[in-house]
Amino acid sequence: MTTSRRNFLKQSSAFGAAAALGPGLYAGAAQAASSIDVGVLFSLTGGLSIIEKSLADATMMAIEEINASGGVDGMMINPIMEDGASDPKTYNEKASKLVIRDRMQTVFGSYTSASRKAVLPVFEKRNSLYFYPTYYEGFECSKNVVYTGAVPNQQLSNFIPWIINTLGKKKFFIVGSNYIYPREMAKVSKILIEQHGGEWIADEYLELGHSEWGAMVKKIKDSGCDVVLSNVVGDSVVAFYREFKNQGLTHDKLPICATVTSEIEIAAMGAEFAQGSFTSFPYFQAIDTDRNHAFIERYRKYVNDPKAVTHHALESSYFQVYLWKQAVEKAKSTKADAVREGVRGQVFEAANGTVTVDPENLHTYLTPRIAQWGADGQGTIIDEYKAPVEPLPYVAYGETAENLFCTAKGLDSSKL
Amino acid sequence: MSDIIFIGLSLSSILLLIALGLSITYGAMGVINMAHGELVMIGAYTAVLAGLHLNLNLFFALPLAFVTSGLAGLVIERLVIRRLYGRIIDTLLATWGVAILLQQLVRLEFGLSFLGIHVEGLGPGLQNMTVPGFLTQPFDIAGITIQPYRSFIIVVTLALTALTWWLMYRTPTGVQVRAIMRNPQIAAACGIDVRRVSALTFAYGSGLAGVAGVLLAGFKTVMPEMGAAVVIDGFLVVVVGGVGSLLGTLLSAAVLGQINGVFAILTNDILARAVVFGVVIALILWRPRGLFSFKSR
Repeated sequence: MTTSRRNFLKQSSAFGAAAALGPGLYAGAAQAASSIDVGVLFSLTGGLSIIEKSLADATMMAIEEINASGGVDGMMINPIMEDGASDPKTYNEKASKLVIRDRMQTVFGSYTSASRKAVLPVFEKRNSLYFYPTYYEGFECSKNVVYTGAVPNQQLSNFIPWIINTLGKKKFFIVGSNYIYPREMAKVSKILIEQHGGEWIADEYLELGHSEWGAMVKKIKDSGCDVVLSNVVGDSVVAFYREFKNQGLTHDKLPICATVTSEIEIAAMGAEFAQGSFTSFPYFQAIDTDRNHAFIERYRKYVNDPKAVTHHALESSYFQVYLWKQAVEKAKSTKADAVREGVRGQVFEAANGTVTVDPENLHTYLTPRIAQWGADGQGTIIDEYKAPVEPLPYVAYGETAENLFCTAKGLDSSKL
Repeated sequence: MSDIIFIGLSLSSILLLIALGLSITYGAMGVINMAHGELVMIGAYTAVLAGLHLNLNLFFALPLAFVTSGLAGLVIERLVIRRLYGRIIDTLLATWGVAILLQQLVRLEFGLSFLGIHVEGLGPGLQNMTVPGFLTQPFDIAGITIQPYRSFIIVVTLALTALTWWLMYRTPTGVQVRAIMRNPQIAAACGIDVRRVSALTFAYGSGLAGVAGVLLAGFKTVMPEMGAAVVIDGFLVVVVGGVGSLLGTLLSAAVLGQINGVFAILTNDILARAVVFGVVIALILWRPRGLFSFKSR
């Protein structure tokens, strides 16, 4: 006899437990399962790990908090973490692993558009949900992604008029890293600049990761512009601001107005190089509310670093887990289809204010803010919308609140 | 016009700074040192850590980084490269492994992060080195704007080049190094301690990489991956200049930097880079052994 009775019992009970714990069983099972598996997919290694690690930390912090306060309808969240390794191809492989082998219904992840585009087919084909926390260029309408970062109209629709009317600067030099996000941002910027009576005199790009800014800053200096609109991404930002100061340009005469430069880049370049420049984001560490102070304190404690900075994509990584939790509780199911319906119109009091998931396009209502960077590496918020602004991912192509291109039915491509 | 020349000069000096150490380790010793960029990175981190924990500014960080990277180079030579002289492809693979190891050491804070200890200035994040204020404030002399930090880099690079030239051509050790470059067996037969001189030479080249790291930290981001990007430029300069030739390295850095600068101003940086690679390909086709070369091991 090869299988003793004791072994048989052991194996069958193990099998039973595994089946009960299996992901996605909550919906079908009559009795509640005790845990829900979710995927967490960020780069923990490679060039982008600097930023993506903080997004992963914020996601894990939200999960631990929810578990500590009783879980989702009494079920513990069990995160399965994978490393995208700063490489879109690896992202695609890991997404396939999470969705196909581990049968995840929901995954939280991605920082760059490149990695989101790489995993999108996996989620659409297998009908799973992806929660994406980063500000991005818009021009996407997937029913398998919940977008919780800003889209161009939430970063630029207040910024450009403010630069022209309040700062009184009319000649724009647009500079960015050479890929889809900066190029789409430039497209929206040009529409807004022309609408408000300004002009753009140059639109220049450098490779991602480029760190020799001598020639470009000289071009800016000689161009006769009176404001620089920067869509520069990643560690290039640091080299750019440093060279800007080294060539004798100052932010009080020729300010850099940026859409990507956050607390994390400021800390890396040294605050004196950014002092006086501006950034537009829905969230800044400097937001002076008790909720935000408590959030920063919890985050610093969680990562065990009393000087850790918080930033926009990090805050979105955190609150989108709560949006998902509320959606699961409303839908009484963890299945992607049910969670998608549950998350429509979900409201959460986040550190940046009230956030609402748009019932039509699954993007998020956020409050645009403009901050001026100070000597301590923190922003002073000098302009903010009174209420959250509706997300319009196709604003560069003529989308307005009255005429939506992306609705719950999907993209109306006849309008493009 | 003077602006354009200055930008080119500045690009040249940075290329030369990186290539100087390589021209010794690769040029003189025939070791394809893929970890050269990581020695630059160690120099940059030395400056960051010295600023944070010892409150030392850039000027003290320069000699400190020379010593740190030099010692790191000596250890690498003793442990790995010593066993691989004359096996050029093997040095490439082995030093590449060393490069990955060094990156991870910094990222994992020498393993301390496993124990939950965080050392400020290490880890996977972006770091910065504080540059003294007077080096970031440009000033005018006779209508020409002088950028002090880039000028400082040019001066230090020229000084290091002069020092290296003096060491190689005016000291007894330099004679020994050059003898080993031409023919290590005959050099050994003449009573030169090849192993010892080689180790010292490698340490010196590594130390130069450390100094380059400190200066780069002043206007680039300091991060564990920073070395990978600079090492390619370094090899480009050394190969074009001619392996083992200090003059060739100097000249090729000057030419490539100016070409890069002029085209970056006239068109854009992306095209300028393509032009530089085009010129390098043409030069190597024309002179496969580089601008200046002689028979070596």
